[in-house]
Amino acid sequence: MKQLFRKLTLLVMTCGFIASAQATTPEEDLAAFQNFFKKRFPNVETQDYINGAYSIDPVGRENWEAIEEFPPYEPFIDEGQAMWETPFANGKTYKDCFPDGPALAGKYPHWDKDKGMVMTLPLALNNCRKANGEKPMKYKKGPINSILSYLSYESRGQVTNVVVPSDDPKALQAYEDGKKFYYTRRGQLNFSCAHCHLQNAGMILRTEILSPALGHTTHFPVYRSKWGTVGTLHRRFTGCNKQVRAKPFKAHGEEYRNLEYFLTYMSNGLPLNGPGARK
Amino acid sequence: MIGNTKKWIGKVGMIGVIAGQVLVSPTLLAGDADVAEGKKIAFDRKKGNCLACHNISGAPSPGNIAPALIAMKSRYPTKEALTEQIWDATIKNPESSMPPFGKHGILSESDFKKVVEYVWTL
Repeated sequence: MKQLFRKLTLLVMTCGFIASAQATTPEEDLAAFQNFFKKRFPNVETQDYINGAYSIDPVGRENWEAIEEFPPYEPFIDEGQAMWETPFANGKTYKDCFPDGPALAGKYPHWDKDKGMVMTLPLALNNCRKANGEKPMKYKKGPINSILSYLSYESRGQVTNVVVPSDDPKALQAYEDGKKFYYTRRGQLNFSCAHCHLQNAGMILRTEILSPALGHTTHFPVYRSKWGTVGTLHRRFTGCNKQVRAKPFKAHGEEYRNLEYFLTYMSNGLPLNGPGARK
Repeated sequence: MIGNTKKWIGKVGMIGVIAGQVLVSPTLLAGDADVAEGKKIAFDRKKGNCLACHNISGAPSPGNIAPALIAMKSRYPTKEALTEQIWDATIKNPESSMPPFGKHGILSESDFKKVVEYVWTL
């Protein structure tokens, strides 16, 4: 009987989700998402969410501002610049792939109609390397963080403006898949992303303030004191999934690409301020 | 004789008064041990980790996501109701962020029972 009830509940919830997914456009989702935070933290300016948990934690913010005086990510920016300028074995450089220069983070992620997939910046960098006969970089740790630090630094101030083009239903599907991922419970501990970073944003988990979802994507890559180095957004996704005891997905595989697409869209209108520094 | 008495007390599971001494039955002793062990499991970050979200009186650095664990017997009519809540909090509230400690096997059956015994005392 109880099982039947659970099944029914699940069915009702699933139907409810599908119905609501069909009923809202990305634009409506965006307004609802950002309004949620306006109501939850009426004194926080929307633009300030680029500072993550520090937008709502005055004590943590003081410590963080002290750290930012001598940013721990600075050496990574310099290394990244050298990578950007150093020619590949074939004599070409990244500039040949990205003729508009290193201030390009604001163009990602975007829907790539030809490939029929979400194109992320790390993916585009590796495509460039492969096209020039170089080995691709790993997506979570290592040199990719240096070049991403440099590109993010050069892109500071660009405004998040992810587009879900209406002329390709596959783009909307990718967005919807990312959204579904965000709101789906997973792992032994049964949390969705939204449980912590939407429903409970600002609450204290043991000693840590749960950061708001809004602005999550603006400051990556991030120097995390816990890591002792700079790490990528997909490394963080992996960590979150492990924390809820779920099997992480492949970095820049379809699930995390679509998640990045949805999550970055939710921060549309917010300036980029990477690389960041976090506890 | 002493062995037999212990067995008898064990079987009946009640307080016996023998030769003017109060003997506490083994079942009750086990209950107290369960509560003490349950507390350890509840506080263990890798097991119950209740303090991540709940305040428990006197416990160090609790979270504030969920209600304080206090006056449990007035909040839950029976131990069974509390058991169900810890087993799977989404039965009562589908939006609950509390992990389903029993349903998902986060705690072993024995650890789960001990945690219930402990929380029921709060």
